[in-house]
Amino acid sequence: MDIRLDAISHSYGDTEVLRDISLDIPTGKIVCLVGPSGCGKSTLLRLIGGLERASKGRVLQLGSPPEGCLNPLTYVFQDFALLPWRSVHGNISLVLEDHGIKGARADAIISDVLARTKLSDFSTALPRQLSGGMKQRVAIARALAVKPAVMLMDEPLSALDSQTRELLMDDLVALWTRQQFTAAYVTHNLAEAVRLGHRIVVLSRRPGEIREVVEIDKPLADRSHGDADLERTQKYLWDLMRDEARAADEELLDV
Amino acid sequence: MSDANNKPEPIEVRFRGGGFAPKSHRWVGLAVFVFLITIMEIGTRTGWISALTLPKPSDVLATFGELWESGLLFKHLAPSLSRLAIGAAIGASIGIVAGILIGLFSYARAGLVPLVAAIFPIPKIALLPLFVIWFGIDESSKYALIAFGTFTPTVVATYGAVDNVDRSLIRMGQSFGLSWFSIVRKIVLPGAMPGILSGLRISLAIAIILLVAAEMLGAEYGIGAYILEAGSLYDLERLFAGVVILSLLGVILSAVIGFIERRLLGWRE
Repeated sequence: MDIRLDAISHSYGDTEVLRDISLDIPTGKIVCLVGPSGCGKSTLLRLIGGLERASKGRVLQLGSPPEGCLNPLTYVFQDFALLPWRSVHGNISLVLEDHGIKGARADAIISDVLARTKLSDFSTALPRQLSGGMKQRVAIARALAVKPAVMLMDEPLSALDSQTRELLMDDLVALWTRQQFTAAYVTHNLAEAVRLGHRIVVLSRRPGEIREVVEIDKPLADRSHGDADLERTQKYLWDLMRDEARAADEELLDV
Repeated sequence: MSDANNKPEPIEVRFRGGGFAPKSHRWVGLAVFVFLITIMEIGTRTGWISALTLPKPSDVLATFGELWESGLLFKHLAPSLSRLAIGAAIGASIGIVAGILIGLFSYARAGLVPLVAAIFPIPKIALLPLFVIWFGIDESSKYALIAFGTFTPTVVATYGAVDNVDRSLIRMGQSFGLSWFSIVRKIVLPGAMPGILSGLRISLAIAIILLVAAEMLGAEYGIGAYILEAGSLYDLERLFAGVVILSLLGVILSAVIGFIERRLLGWRE
């Protein structure tokens, strides 16, 4: 299932945050959205998943979600959004219960996704007992449990320290290599974008418009920390963004 | 400017952290009680507290023993406890439901918050005659008074607690396609539970106060009636025995809520 953004514009009151964004998210690819802070990239992600309504333009699903898909558009949030009163197992079963999946069927799905995210030993732990990286892996496991057609990842690694981030990036690459998922991945971290993105969409500062779309052909599994060609792409992206980022930083916040 | 050769003595950095982290010291509370009662006992025995000011704690204990042996204790305690249980259960449950409605629906909020603000400051005891007219002199007017008194603080605590539920968790629920009812039951209610329970602590204390007030105004049996009778006879031992029962009731209710908190909110620690 592909996602197509058709001339999306969005404003909050008088503040225009997004202007005329048209974009395709093709099946099996990770599309990274990068841009200076406040450029509306998280807003764009909320529009894609239907958590907000665009002022103008449409978000279209092309084709039908794969069989067994419970929640086609599934988020992974920056702050993990785990229920603190439910164990790891309970947090994942939460999103299955409403689909009538309980008991043994739920347990089978949960143990599968926990194994894929290397969390099998922690199914009874409460979120407060887990480190940030583990919490985000639980959130990823929860997202995988509903067999999403498109994963909408909102700065999933931004709340983590840099070592944990490296580890989780490797995990995400391994997950994708095993089973190619589709994702829109919002980040302000260009290193993440060049490691995980098949396509990197650079947004301008507010109102966010598409400045450039950069394709990276190198397979995800072959990319690693500090690759020379990735570094070059990253520098190129940063050159694109630097002035915008500085200008965005010096803007008064009056939203 | 200090001379390089003349370095000042090193000073150890003063510790200024710590505190603001309550720890469990159960025996301290007990020690305070024991200390105060011992002072009272010594004071009344030696005479520097006159018998008119305070009864001897040992006499109060003796009165308590008589009350137990004569069976009067349960004759007074049973109706009081049932009034408290029924009245507080009605008031707290309606209060929790109303608080959740206020927390979830803007129209309920717009309509009910001013109403709650208007009835909160009314001394509910002043309404007892009205309740007697509405519900009769028997038990139902007492239930109504206690229910009314527990309702308002419960509402305020509940909608505050619902307001404080992390919105990002609710968005998460929506993004996974959870039904409205599931979001309320599995995210909003557990998230509001800490606030609801701490509101219940206050509501139940108010319920005990109103219980006594209602029983003072018209009841044959009940702790309030017992205290009123003792008070009008200036029988300080019996008055204090009644007061001690009320205090114990408060301590027990508070312990029960503490137990529920530990069971339901173990995830918080």
